[in-house]
Formats: sequence, C-alpha cells, structure tokens
Amino acid sequence: MTAAGVRAHARIVARADGRGGTALPVLDGAGPLAPRRTRASGDGARVMLVGAMSGPLGGDRFRVEARVEEGARLSVGSAAATLALPGQAKGEARYAVRLDVARGAELHWLPEQLISAAGSDLSVTTRAEVAAGARLVLREEQVLGRVGEEPGRLTSRLTVRVAGRTVLDQELRCGPGAPGGWDGPAVLAGHRSVGQLVVVRPEFAERPAEARTLGECAALMPLAGPAVLVSAVAPDALALRRVLDEALALLG
Amino acid sequence: MSRAALLVLADGRFPAGGHAHSGGAEAAVKAGRITSAAGLEDFCRGRLHTAGLVAGALAAAAVLGVPPGDLDAAADARTPSPALRGAARRLGRQLVRAARASWPSAELDALARDFPKGAHHPVVLGVTARAAGLAPVDAAYCALYESVSGPATATVRLLSLDPFEATGVLARLAPELDRAADTAVEAARWALDEGAGALPAASGPLLELGAEWHAGWPVRLFAS
Repeated sequence: MTAAGVRAHARIVARADGRGGTALPVLDGAGPLAPRRTRASGDGARVMLVGAMSGPLGGDRFRVEARVEEGARLSVGSAAATLALPGQAKGEARYAVRLDVARGAELHWLPEQLISAAGSDLSVTTRAEVAAGARLVLREEQVLGRVGEEPGRLTSRLTVRVAGRTVLDQELRCGPGAPGGWDGPAVLAGHRSVGQLVVVRPEFAERPAEARTLGECAALMPLAGPAVLVSAVAPDALALRRVLDEALALLG
Repeated sequence: MSRAALLVLADGRFPAGGHAHSGGAEAAVKAGRITSAAGLEDFCRGRLHTAGLVAGALAAAAVLGVPPGDLDAAADARTPSPALRGAARRLGRQLVRAARASWPSAELDALARDFPKGAHHPVVLGVTARAAGLAPVDAAYCALYESVSGPATATVRLLSLDPFEATGVLARLAPELDRAADTAVEAARWALDEGAGALPAASGPLLELGAEWHAGWPVRLFAS
C-alpha cells in the first residue's frame, strides 16, 4: 500500500438478454472490490462482492457502480461485512456507491454490514438514481465498533432519486469528531447498530405504504414519492437485521 | 432592515403555534432517554446539529432567494417521518398566517397560495425573514434557536424540570448555536449556486423514529 491509500473501482452492468434473463456485459473490479457472478434463482442475475483485502483504510478511495438497464434484474450482495480500519495514510477513507436503475428494471442491493472499527475514519456516500417504473430494494447497515470497542468516525449519506426527484437525502455522522449529541437521545442513544432499508416500487404512487412502527426503535415510513424507508436502531447487528427483515416481509 | 423584527419573529409569544410542539422531547422523555437537565442538554445538542442545522440552512437559503418550492422538496427528502412532515407543514401554515399579518409581502402571499396545506416550517420562516428585511444569518439563528428552545420548554412541563436549569441548558448551547448558524449560512450560499440538493442532510434516527412512535399514542401532551 502506498502512503496515498488504495484506489479501487468496481463496475457492474446488467442488461436484459432478450430471452427473459439478465446478462452481465460489464463485471469489473479487483483487489478489495471484486464482483463475482453467482448462481441465480429465477431470471435475474446475482453478483457477490468479494473483498480480497481488508479495508477501507484511511486514505483509501473505493467506488462501486452498478447500472441495471431496461428490463434487467440484478441482485447484489457481499461475501462479508466491510470493515473500516485505521490506516497509515492520512485522512479519511471514502467509499462511493452509485446505483442506476432504468425503467422496468429491478435492483436488490443487499450488502453485509459496514463495521466502523475504533480509530477508523470513513465517509460513505450512496446515491441511487431510479427511473420511473423501476424497482429498488436497498439496505445499509452501520455497526459502530467491533464487540466491546469504541466506534471510529463515520459519515454516511444516502440519497435516493426517483424519476429525477429526490425522495430521500439523509446523512448520519457518528463517532469521535462527529457533531455533539450523536450518541445522545436525539440521534443514537447508545445504540451500536443503525440501518436503512429503502424500497422503491411504482405501485406506491397509487397506493402508498402505510406508516407503522416496529417497536419503539424501528419504523416503516412512506416517503414523499413512490418509496418507503425503514429506519431502525438496535443494540447489535443481529437485532438490526432481524427488524429490517421483518419490515421487508411486511411489505410483501 | 429592522433588527428588532428578529426579536418579534423569535419571540416565543409570536402567534405561530410552536408552543404546541415538543420537538421530539415528549417521545424521548417517555422512552426514558431524557430524565434530567443533562439528558435534555444531550438531546438538544443532537437536535441542534441534525434537524436544527437542516432547518437553519433551509431558512437561510429562503432568505437568499432559493425558490421555496425547491426548498420544500429538499425538506421533504430530509424528513422521512410522515408524522414530522405533517407537523412541519402545519407549523408552516400557522406561521404564514401570522407572518402575512405582520410583514405583508407578495412572496408570502404566493407561498400561502402555492402550499395550501402549508410549506415546511423552516422554508416559511426564511420567506418571512426575507419579508421582514432580515438577513440569512438571522433566519438561521431563528430556526436553530427554535430547534432547541422548543424541547427545553416542553421538558420543563413534561418532567417538572426547574425552568432555571432548562434556561441554563440553552445558554450553554449558545456557542455551538453560533457555529451552527455560520455553517447553515455557508451551506445556504452553496445552495444558491448548486441547488437545494447541496443543503445539509444531517439526520437523527431517533428523532424520526420517536416522532412515528409518538404519533401513534392515543393521548399526548404535545402535537409532535
């Protein structure tokens, strides 16, 4: 590793193959971000992001782009949690995720957790651009520190646009150096796992999902657009995943 | 401009209905997350740097002349809780009525006409400050101060907290509020060139979750 940190870039393009299935004409990436095609169930394509190194470390720049073209179906997961660690290079690490879902296409973006280890400094930005008539399921989970450890510094911004209109734009900042009160009663109140599940469906335009709470620390919330956000805080990653799965099942 | 207009607008007795809202304090008290002045301070500090900063930047941007419709859409995207979007619009509608009576302006008339159910409160606050001849930083201060004074006043009632202690919390937050106001104005100036998407999007998950939980209670002291 150089003092400037690692640059890694992965690209996935999913395209309808004309026979009811989905092809992957572009599947690029190496080192910390290697996408692998795996066996699919149904007519969509499945990709697993396999990290061949740990990271991101301080100073690293990771970027993942996925484009799902008209009529294609893609599901992306990751083989393991992403672990943000302190690095030798100065400055924060950056991780950018750019998702583009065309009309009539469907993307399930369901990576494993992001763990912010003590001493790390990571800024993640996820932007999803969803065309009218496209479908998206996107999950992000942040775990603040490994077991019994203080968290690192984490900034996570999630922006979702549907048909050119921003339906969700939110940023969470936590850990040492974050603005005051991040662990207090207005933000996380000592919870060490926090998650977001965004579901975009064209039918929500006609019949919006109904708001509902799942206990006091999770809620399913219709956004101002054909989308819902499930937001949750939990004591640990397991409890968080359980409530996000429960919410997804409720949506049917 | 008249500096005194800022006092009129920021006065807790300005008839815009803010006293009926706890800014999330009622849910946090019920959940056992605010039990003392120290808990209130932690809550207010978190709110100041999340919902408060966003509100301050929206209000400052409205004074600078970023189109209110763009700002209202940006506020929607930054407020995933439908209960909070509803509360912000009700507060906006009440404020626009009081504001039109106080500082008549074509822009306030247009805002009332374009948003019959109310625009988001910080957007209305900014358009009001503009009509009153105030500066972007004045509107940011107003929004940021309201983001903490509401919960502080509500907690006095909810916990029978000593009002002197609650005022002490607000006084201790003042230096942070100064810095947040500067940040909000800087962000608003960016938004003037880059569009409303450049505004801060800082969020407090428990503010949103608490608001949804609170909205489902059959009996509550505050509207939000």
